Amino acid sequence: MALEFLSLTELRKLLDSKKVSSVELAKHFLSRIKNNGGNSYITVCEDGALKQAGDADAFINSPGDNPLLCGIPYAAKDLFCTDGVRTTAASKILDQYLPPYNSTVINKLNGQKSVLLGKTNLDQFAHGSSGETSAYGATKNPWDETRMPGGSSSGSCAAVAAGLASWATATETGGSIRVPAALTGVSGWKPTYGRVSRYGVIAMASSLDSIGAVAHSVEDLARLAEVFSGRDEKDSTTGHQGVPAYAADLDADLEGVKVGVPKQYFIDGMNPGVKARVMESIKELEKLGAVIVDVDLPNTKYGSLVYAIVCPSEVASNLARYDGIRYGHVTSDAKDLLQVYEKSRAEGFGNEAKRRILTGTYVLSAGYADEYYKKAQRVRGLIVREFAEVFKQVDVLACPTTADVAPKLGHAADDPLFGYVTDQLNIPGSLAGLPALSIPCGFAKPADDDVELPVGLQIIGPQWGEQKILNVGYAYQQATDWHKRHPRAAE
Amino acid sequence: MKTFESSTEYRPVIGFEIHVELATKSKMFSPAPNNPDEKTPNTNIDEIVTAQPGTLPVANKEAIRLAAMVGLAINCTIDEWSKFDRKHYFYPDLPKGYQISQYDEPISKNGYLDIIVPGSLSASSDSASLPEGENNKVLRSKRIGITRAHLEEDAGKNVHPEGLSYSLVDYNRAGCALLEIVTEPEIESGEEARVFLTELRNIIRYLGASDCDMEKGTMRCEPNISVRKPGETTLPKYKCEVKNINSFKFAEAAINYEIARQTEILMEGKIPKQVTMGWDEKNGVTVEQRSKEEANDYRYFPEPDLPVLQFTKEYLDKLRAEMPELPAQKSARFKSEYKLDDAAVENLINWKELTFYFEEVVSEIDEWLAQDSGDDLKASATDRQQLIKAAANWCLQDFSAMLNAKLINPQDSAVTPENFAELLKLIQRGKISGSAAKTVFKTMFEKGGEPLSIIDDLGLHQVSDESAIESAIDKVILANAKAVTDYKAGAEKSFGFLVGQTMKELKGKGNPQVINTQLKKKLKD
Repeated sequence: MALEFLSLTELRKLLDSKKVSSVELAKHFLSRIKNNGGNSYITVCEDGALKQAGDADAFINSPGDNPLLCGIPYAAKDLFCTDGVRTTAASKILDQYLPPYNSTVINKLNGQKSVLLGKTNLDQFAHGSSGETSAYGATKNPWDETRMPGGSSSGSCAAVAAGLASWATATETGGSIRVPAALTGVSGWKPTYGRVSRYGVIAMASSLDSIGAVAHSVEDLARLAEVFSGRDEKDSTTGHQGVPAYAADLDADLEGVKVGVPKQYFIDGMNPGVKARVMESIKELEKLGAVIVDVDLPNTKYGSLVYAIVCPSEVASNLARYDGIRYGHVTSDAKDLLQVYEKSRAEGFGNEAKRRILTGTYVLSAGYADEYYKKAQRVRGLIVREFAEVFKQVDVLACPTTADVAPKLGHAADDPLFGYVTDQLNIPGSLAGLPALSIPCGFAKPADDDVELPVGLQIIGPQWGEQKILNVGYAYQQATDWHKRHPRAAE
Repeated sequence: MKTFESSTEYRPVIGFEIHVELATKSKMFSPAPNNPDEKTPNTNIDEIVTAQPGTLPVANKEAIRLAAMVGLAINCTIDEWSKFDRKHYFYPDLPKGYQISQYDEPISKNGYLDIIVPGSLSASSDSASLPEGENNKVLRSKRIGITRAHLEEDAGKNVHPEGLSYSLVDYNRAGCALLEIVTEPEIESGEEARVFLTELRNIIRYLGASDCDMEKGTMRCEPNISVRKPGETTLPKYKCEVKNINSFKFAEAAINYEIARQTEILMEGKIPKQVTMGWDEKNGVTVEQRSKEEANDYRYFPEPDLPVLQFTKEYLDKLRAEMPELPAQKSARFKSEYKLDDAAVENLINWKELTFYFEEVVSEIDEWLAQDSGDDLKASATDRQQLIKAAANWCLQDFSAMLNAKLINPQDSAVTPENFAELLKLIQRGKISGSAAKTVFKTMFEKGGEPLSIIDDLGLHQVSDESAIESAIDKVILANAKAVTDYKAGAEKSFGFLVGQTMKELKGKGNPQVINTQLKKKLKD
């Protein structure tokens, strides 16, 4: 039995019926990671995982019900602070950083007696869409190791795709869950902004950051969404809305559900195979009873431009704390305070972080803030309203997650605009704080090779509309089996 | 030390930036404790204060309430909404690399504070003459505009150990709630500055928003000073900020010093440099600290981690309803209702704890008068006024001296307001002499206890019983025939001697008034 690709409910049954122990599960995953990690993990918590698994087994062996995630091994993107466990953000500046506290999500998972296998690779500080900006080397796409898995949640997606964790935490600012989920053929959930606490997750752009998960199915995501969601007094931007029973309420009946198809998301020059798979999956939704409606989102084209200003502004500000004074890398070669700052930061940050710090500092400086930052915020308002209008006509939107399949590794290194192009179908929804899924919907060939690579179907919902997108994704996965395909290397 | 003649040629324009550390239990954006008295470095910290990656701020509701209360008390407008912004700069005592502050939407703005200052009227002031004060000084009221008051977080402290090649940072103060109050440049003398600061400090203290201790740094004042010719209405092209001021007296002195310094430069036909000065308390001079760099670019932008602050009408109405009596109102009431003189009122009001204590004593007095109105002492208005005046005197004299010697507040002393009022009652009823009362009060202060039992213990009951006094006088007259004869012959001095002898006979406990009357009557016989 391939333990590594079982769903959460299947694992729950095995654990509760003592057919397998948490320690056995943890060892299974740890040995798979050791065997072929594909650079998905920056830190593997071998001792910690076995200890947590032992505790989980003791809990399972004691009378009473077990929480959903009890004893199930998972991976955390290395942006989630874990008390006493190295947390790098894939940067050199936090190379040896041991957080003194747990992020809220990690606390919730510990509360369920989950088993943390390790911390997964990502684009440095989540800056990127390829996984290549990591200071610990690029993550490999398990479908073709010469290709990138997408980013920034590269390691989390690659690990789930390759069966190196049952599921993984992930974060998204503008495509960082959806893009790698699509390129590695897993199911990814980017929640409504404010649905999940950001506390303890190293910030990229505070007004955009969303904390989500990647898993083998929408059903698993629905279960994880119940654990993740809810108001956190430590994050003032979390909403007070109650958390629905997403999993119990999953409904595969799409009769009368209105699915909008925005023409702006089928861009010129997109991979024809990707376009074909997405169109086929929309047909599939129609077959399941959904009403397909063509919709117009003309401001889509401004999304990446707005993002290119708002994101670096907040990044430059959020990265100001890495100054070599209290924690993190400090230069060994400073003659005065100014050099402590300049050299520690020059040595500790990668190029993409530096690029965003410079851009953000520039667009917020006196005389430019009005022209760039404030104007960008106004356009962001237009995008928000445009989505709100469209969601008066339809329940969800369906479109491609990316315009192409996974590119070759090295493709992003010399192209600072790579991410903005890759993420252009995700960014507008991020700017509006909307929830979305990316789910596997087939395979397509890249222009440069004769190889089948995963394609992602994106389902976007209105704010707080998690249940709607989960239902559509669930219905699709009940009717198809793309989410059950695994890379040959992993089998 | 260099001194300057004061000049009538130029008049100062002064605006203040005042930072007040709010007396909240926890910090502005984290649950870490706020304790200005903490001596061990880096104890009042947590992951938020030290800006660990991933941490987020949560605004302190109590700090917002206190800030709004102060805003209302200084007549500011509080808009329906307000927001926090990030102000960026690098310094080791600033953990996040930015300070969460308020830029263009401060919590309160456009207020004013009326102060009462002695002296002549100035052309530019918005003032009206008040009746002459007790000391025959002309008093006038002046309105000082408050530009804004906004919430922000404090920074830590850099420490430079002597002889070491490195510095240390203490984050105990980092993240504490600060209210920054900015005034219009409408203060026109060192004295006005002192009066303004005192009034503002009293208001904030009476609201319980801060202890405003300049020495501890829970209140910090930075005047911006420039001078101009009388009649000029535009602001001078330069201004000098003075830092390191840790008392109102020094604020006044620093301002006077700056006025003279700047005037001298202008008299030489030069324009003073726009600089930040530091007050050198030892030498009583201001010293240039650094040239004011070209306007800093703080790259303000709205704090995305915090939602907009909203103030509903209901919330503000509730705050207005909770507003305690402010020092100016209290001071007016003490004068009109209690008929206390200006100096006594000022001294009381400037010590909030003593004022509160005094009012508790007054309410004890009132309670007693209400109960006792059928007794031998009529609960008349005169009685009340006498007792209240006595309460004020005792508070400001003996009690203040004892409290100051021990550096404590009245509430921390062993004397309860009830016992305090009881003692005043015993004095007024003639149960104890004024001098014996001082001994009793000293015991009450040192050991606590009720005045009556202390009087019993020390045997200090005043003898007012006429027959006891009469028999003492009889003894004295018999034993001092010469003095009696001298008195009858017109030697007034002898009367005093006989009073003294009677008092001696009564072991010092005789009621002097009764002795006087009785002795006079006996000697006439």
